[in-house]
Amino acid sequence: MENQIVTEQLVKCYHCGDECKDTVIIKDDLNFCCEGCRLVYEILNENNLCRYYQMNEKPGISPGRPSHQEQFAYLDQPEILSGMLQFSEGGTQAVQLFIPQIHCSSCIWLLEHLNKLQEGIIRSRVDFVKRSLLIYFKEQDTSLRKVVELLASLGYMPVLQMDLLESGKVPAKSKEEIYKIGIAGFCFGNIMLFSFPEYFSLNSFQEPGFNHVFNYVNLGLSLPVFFYCSKGFFRTALNGLKQRFLNIDVPIALGILVMFLRSIVEIVWGYGSGYLDTMAGLVFFMLIGRSFQNKTYQTLSFERNYKSFFPVAVLCRREGREVGVQVSDLKKGDRILIRNEELIPADALLVKGNACIDYSFVTGESRLINKQAGELIYAGGKHKGGIIELEIVKAVSQSYLTQLWNQDAFNSEKLSDKFQQLVNRISHYFTIVLVLIALAGLSWWYYHADPAKAWNAFTAVLIIACPCALAISSPFTLGNVLRIFGRKKFYLKNASTIEKLANADTLVFDKTGTLTRNKQVDVNFSGIALSALQTIHLASLLRQSAHPISKQLFDYLAVEGKVPVAGFQEITGKGIKGVVDGVEWVMGSAEFLGLEDTEIDQLTTRTYLRVNGNLLGFFSLGNKYRDGLRSMIDHFKSKNYRMVVLTGDNEGEESRLRDLFGANTHLRFRQSPADKLQAVQELQQQGSNVLMIGDGLNDAGALRQSDIGISISDDVNNFSPACDAILDAGSFRLLPSFLKAARASKEIILISFCVAILYNIVGLWFALQGTLSPVFAAILMPLSSITIISLTTGLSGWASRRIA
Amino acid sequence: MSVIFLLIIFSLLLAIGFLLAFIWSVRDGQFEDDYTPSVRILFEDENTAPKESTKEDV
Repeated sequence: MENQIVTEQLVKCYHCGDECKDTVIIKDDLNFCCEGCRLVYEILNENNLCRYYQMNEKPGISPGRPSHQEQFAYLDQPEILSGMLQFSEGGTQAVQLFIPQIHCSSCIWLLEHLNKLQEGIIRSRVDFVKRSLLIYFKEQDTSLRKVVELLASLGYMPVLQMDLLESGKVPAKSKEEIYKIGIAGFCFGNIMLFSFPEYFSLNSFQEPGFNHVFNYVNLGLSLPVFFYCSKGFFRTALNGLKQRFLNIDVPIALGILVMFLRSIVEIVWGYGSGYLDTMAGLVFFMLIGRSFQNKTYQTLSFERNYKSFFPVAVLCRREGREVGVQVSDLKKGDRILIRNEELIPADALLVKGNACIDYSFVTGESRLINKQAGELIYAGGKHKGGIIELEIVKAVSQSYLTQLWNQDAFNSEKLSDKFQQLVNRISHYFTIVLVLIALAGLSWWYYHADPAKAWNAFTAVLIIACPCALAISSPFTLGNVLRIFGRKKFYLKNASTIEKLANADTLVFDKTGTLTRNKQVDVNFSGIALSALQTIHLASLLRQSAHPISKQLFDYLAVEGKVPVAGFQEITGKGIKGVVDGVEWVMGSAEFLGLEDTEIDQLTTRTYLRVNGNLLGFFSLGNKYRDGLRSMIDHFKSKNYRMVVLTGDNEGEESRLRDLFGANTHLRFRQSPADKLQAVQELQQQGSNVLMIGDGLNDAGALRQSDIGISISDDVNNFSPACDAILDAGSFRLLPSFLKAARASKEIILISFCVAILYNIVGLWFALQGTLSPVFAAILMPLSSITIISLTTGLSGWASRRIA
Repeated sequence: MSVIFLLIIFSLLLAIGFLLAFIWSVRDGQFEDDYTPSVRILFEDENTAPKESTKEDV
């Protein structure tokens, strides 16, 4: 396989890191891509704020179009001001602004040093997670308008709408969580402290009243724990019982209740000092475990929103040029171009073109809705038709897109969530088995005429058995793996997709765009040469389509001008047609044009061109396979994966593919989207668990049918909701490692289950014998939780480290 | 040895005082943003007096 490494001398902007394509502006021996970036640099330089550049490489954001003088004039109006200001008293005003461009420590540093740049600003404080900036300024010396103008000139244009701070979290709820943990911890520590005499059997050295005092103090301290901190557990347990379902909180609530009652009995009747330390400890550690779990989910969603890679890119008009921009880098006001079959990534206004939007992704209905210029189009819709231009109104919310993805109308199978089911079933049986064991212990000791020990054993069993480890092993492992995958540019829909990855045994590959690269392809034209005008017309036609071949040819033609195309139609996988300047253009495979495929060229794909009824010739595109393909295939062979290649192309590539894949792989050519779907169904009927990788365009149906569908993304916007995961083309060669890690995570969860059960057995052993001491109980439970947490996090991290 | 009662009362009062301080800080919003402070402590103080050359009013 050829490995062409093309190195160009790229000049990058010192401020924002973008390529300086046409014009390079030089100042102080540094390169800048535009006037805006240079201006920001000058502002920072003059105010001795160049530390901004030392903390991160190219941290800046290009300020884009320079703002007109009057752009923010409306911020001087008192009604607007009163709506936007957080605070206005005694000459000091405060405003909280949402600035989505905040993305690194340099941003925080600069935005908190704004007082160096403008006289009236007193201080400013960033909340990185919420992407918000709180600024205090003096009414006399500056104004909201001047502050916003300053921010815009630095590239940190705030989003100025009344209610905009993304309310993902509910602060009141998380506060209560903190209160509960704080109080539980406080009581736990103090109860243990006051139990010291009991632990070290110092009772004999004291006056008889002492241990009563300690016991009642402990009882008093345990009250807030029982009545306030454990509220959540009791509520969930009761809800579960009402629905006749024994969820995981039932044994926990039961344990807390039993401990509390038994301790009261022991203390008031003077039998002993109860298990209040264990109870407080249990509540404390359970609350921490829950909070940790929530934090993991929050970190996960934070990562997926701001750090992890949602590998969808759209064509964006930046500085008069059309460039591919990652969805996560889009801002309000950006002009984007959406081609046929592409997804609308954010709420946007239609500026140019006729839009036909399919909202099946959002609503489930495949009705096509026509939109006119000036109308708002919501995120999640798919466009069908010629290219349209939109202006983004609201920033892209990756969480919204992921949410849609997860609840989309194609999601009919709920039984895929086997692990969640497993946990539910385990918790159901756990309680029943537990109660049975406790009753067994009770009757055993009664039979052996030791009633005291009987009750001791009964309550001890209920106390020591802890299902918490079972509940946390799965989410921790899967959450960790999900996060690691996201960092490596493999974006999964949700946690249960990992299990699907682990179960796959048959791999189905699409060829064009999946096995072959989309860029740097050799293109040759055979036939009647096109005039300059015709080239422009052809480019305009190609521009409408998002198919890899259309893109490759468009890049090859490399023309700037474009003309409108009427009646654009794309027949998936076959070809495109449209009317340019009154002339009909048809472009596509030989079959599409009704020609015979006479010579099957060995190594190229042919696309024929017919203008106004005249066949002009064809383009032949050389196929370049992706790097690392051979070693990847060999790896899969060694692991006994069955492999199938489905392609809409003709047999031209057969020898090449045979060479790569070997004799055992099933190769199918000239597959239409329906053929691909059928092929997948056949495989499934044979009992295979099918993993399919495609580009999502002409194999959407097959992707959906597969047990797991992966859509490969090569700087394109062909995200298909039918897929379960998106893989960046650059990470394609890591596929074997990803599958390995998915299988490993299954094993890790089983291991942690076993460890959890082991802990329970040890605890039950002592409990049934009636020899469960409070100290032992107090130590065992947190120990088991901590072990499971570190085990799952550590093992899943280790298993994924091999993803190079 | 009975002084231990007094000691217990005082220590409990002190501890409860700290608990109340904790509740106060949570209510005041100290724990709302637990990420940015971790970045903020890494910034260094330095002498950021403006340069001699003309400082434009932005």
